[in-house]
Amino acid sequence: MFTGASQFALVGVIGAGGGVWAGAASAVLLGTRNALYGLRLSSLLDARRALRPLASQFVIDETTAMAIARDEPAQSRFAFWATGFALFTLWNLGTLAGALVTHALPNPKVLGLDAAPPAAFLALLAPRLRAREPLAIAGASAIVVLLVLPFVPPGVPLLVVAVLVAAYGVRVARR
Amino acid sequence: MIWAGVVVASAACYGLKLAGLSLPARWLRDRRIQRTVPLIPIALLAALVATNTFATGRHLTLDVRAAALAVAAVALLLRAPFLVVVIAATATAALLRLG
Repeated sequence: MFTGASQFALVGVIGAGGGVWAGAASAVLLGTRNALYGLRLSSLLDARRALRPLASQFVIDETTAMAIARDEPAQSRFAFWATGFALFTLWNLGTLAGALVTHALPNPKVLGLDAAPPAAFLALLAPRLRAREPLAIAGASAIVVLLVLPFVPPGVPLLVVAVLVAAYGVRVARR
Repeated sequence: MIWAGVVVASAACYGLKLAGLSLPARWLRDRRIQRTVPLIPIALLAALVATNTFATGRHLTLDVRAAALAVAAVALLLRAPFLVVVIAATATAALLRLG
């Protein structure tokens, strides 16, 4: 899995006792945006069919941002591939290091590590909050998820929020 | 079981990317898709912030994680980079538990 928010969500939900499949569903829902990035990139990259399977794996927030920020198609392609290779390598080395090193850690709570996921999710969220609608949606989602949480199995509150926001999006699009 | 979830979710995430590059553009240009998909990460990330801060299992809780989140928010307002934000939050929680 090479799309950071999804990876964090999968780990976050399972870590909070939410079950593997609720975590997987959250991760996939968070990955839907990459399909829209692909739409924007497909004309820019003009990818040859043979390269498409590899290019697909690199379609994430960062590579899309770097590619669409360039004016020249050749520069866009270079930015996409360079960002993709660099991030893919370093990200997965980081994941590997985390998997190996954390076994050696004492109680993660003493180190405050349970405070890391919310901070990380907030850092991923913050750049998307630059208008009124996203701010309102973020606030409403946070409230709804906490209201629902005591009454449904772990992991399900996130899916409730996803369904509600999708219903809202479709409604607004009809207008 | 965990690995099955990881493999399925990974394959699905990859499939979404491949679909974005491969599907006819007009499918994804559908107004409902264009309007809804960008909202999903906002809603889910906000929900993840809330549940990872104010809940333990199925119980609502208020503990040092709330203070840590506040510190993270301030760091973000000061445009601190990702790692600094996370480390500031972790350090806050660790220090408050010491006290």
